Amino acid sequence: MNTSAHRHPVSPAMKMAELLDLDFSLLGVATRLGLHFGFGDTTVAEVCQKEGIDPETFLLICRVYAFDGYRPTQEALLAANLHDILKYLHQSHAYYMEVMVPEMATALEQMIKPCAEKQQRVIWRFFADYKEELAKHFAYEEGQVFPYVEAVLNKQSGARFTIGEYEENHSNVEEKLEDLKNLVMKYIPAQCNQQEAYKVLFYIYSLERDLNKHTFIEDDILVPMVGRMENHE
Amino acid sequence: MSKRILIVVPSVIAAKGLEQVFNDLGEFEVCAILRDMSGQELRSMAPDAVIVDPAIFDYASRGSVKARVAEYSDAAVIAFTTGPMDEEQQRQFDGVIGLMDTPPAVIKKVRAALEDRTEVPKAEGEELSQREKEILICVAKGMLNKEIADLYNISIYTVITHRKNITRKTGIKTVAGLTVYALLNNLIDMNSVE
Repeated sequence: MNTSAHRHPVSPAMKMAELLDLDFSLLGVATRLGLHFGFGDTTVAEVCQKEGIDPETFLLICRVYAFDGYRPTQEALLAANLHDILKYLHQSHAYYMEVMVPEMATALEQMIKPCAEKQQRVIWRFFADYKEELAKHFAYEEGQVFPYVEAVLNKQSGARFTIGEYEENHSNVEEKLEDLKNLVMKYIPAQCNQQEAYKVLFYIYSLERDLNKHTFIEDDILVPMVGRMENHE
Repeated sequence: MSKRILIVVPSVIAAKGLEQVFNDLGEFEVCAILRDMSGQELRSMAPDAVIVDPAIFDYASRGSVKARVAEYSDAAVIAFTTGPMDEEQQRQFDGVIGLMDTPPAVIKKVRAALEDRTEVPKAEGEELSQREKEILICVAKGMLNKEIADLYNISIYTVITHRKNITRKTGIKTVAGLTVYALLNNLIDMNSVE
């Protein structure tokens, strides 16, 4: 029974440009996996092959982003390529920390410029703490979890860590972001730069949605895939 | 944390089928399958959602199923129907699941019902009460629940309830966020948190 394929009509044979047009968040997915714009009429399968990405895995990630509430089938998990999932997660971390968060920081700095020095300090410190927490969270995944997954992939045994521990430790980095959203939306001083406040909110909403999908890929795709490999050893 | 679901459906086949839908996901946990509903069980299980077949009630009281659940629990109430149901009855529920619904449709309906529920307690004023402001100030200063309880001579449970209300009213969950809120609203001074 393959109802999900029926409901989510994306396939390797469709044109890449049409796929990405389904939902603009897919532009980010394609970019992070190193697919180059200027797709012409090439299909998903052709573009992926050229860049050495497994098309089914790419489509799996795309479904997560484009269809809220999508849950991958067992077949989809079995067919997915763990290397590509890891690559995607890693590139996403880089994108969050090197592009999104700095952009948010610039806008936030501009936003609070007209405020009293004391207010600037309070808001900026909250943001700095959030940034640090996010960085720590990603560092844990990059330093502990991903190397472990690589080891499982390369069939190196001896690791004491199991993917279940990761699942337990998966802290919620979304709470502070939501607080920042509400602080800007509801409580910033009236003299704040409004254009910049809009930008800050725009970045928060994009990051919030992206992190949400990112967490789903970690918890509901990476963890079960690795869990199965652990059990088969 | 997974959402706790209580299934009150007399048909064993239907109940097992529903349980199957929820069990594979991790998002939900079926806390029990009952053939009939008692207030005591409802209270002790504290489910997030109750899926109930209105047929367990006689026709006259089917219009007040939600009200009966609400007496014992603030769970979302979702009807499970094996046959047609009149609109009047349907309106009381947070969602209606039919025998022919596919598993994804069931999940979607339950999620939607749970989401609606979290938005309900908006009716009260959003302004913080005097006591809530006092407690917010303590939280922002980094005090623990126990310390706040001792200071105002109230139970820890009451402190927690106040904190929940503060978060609901302000939309701010973390201590760091509440501190910013308190500072921006001049409830505390910079010097008292540094």
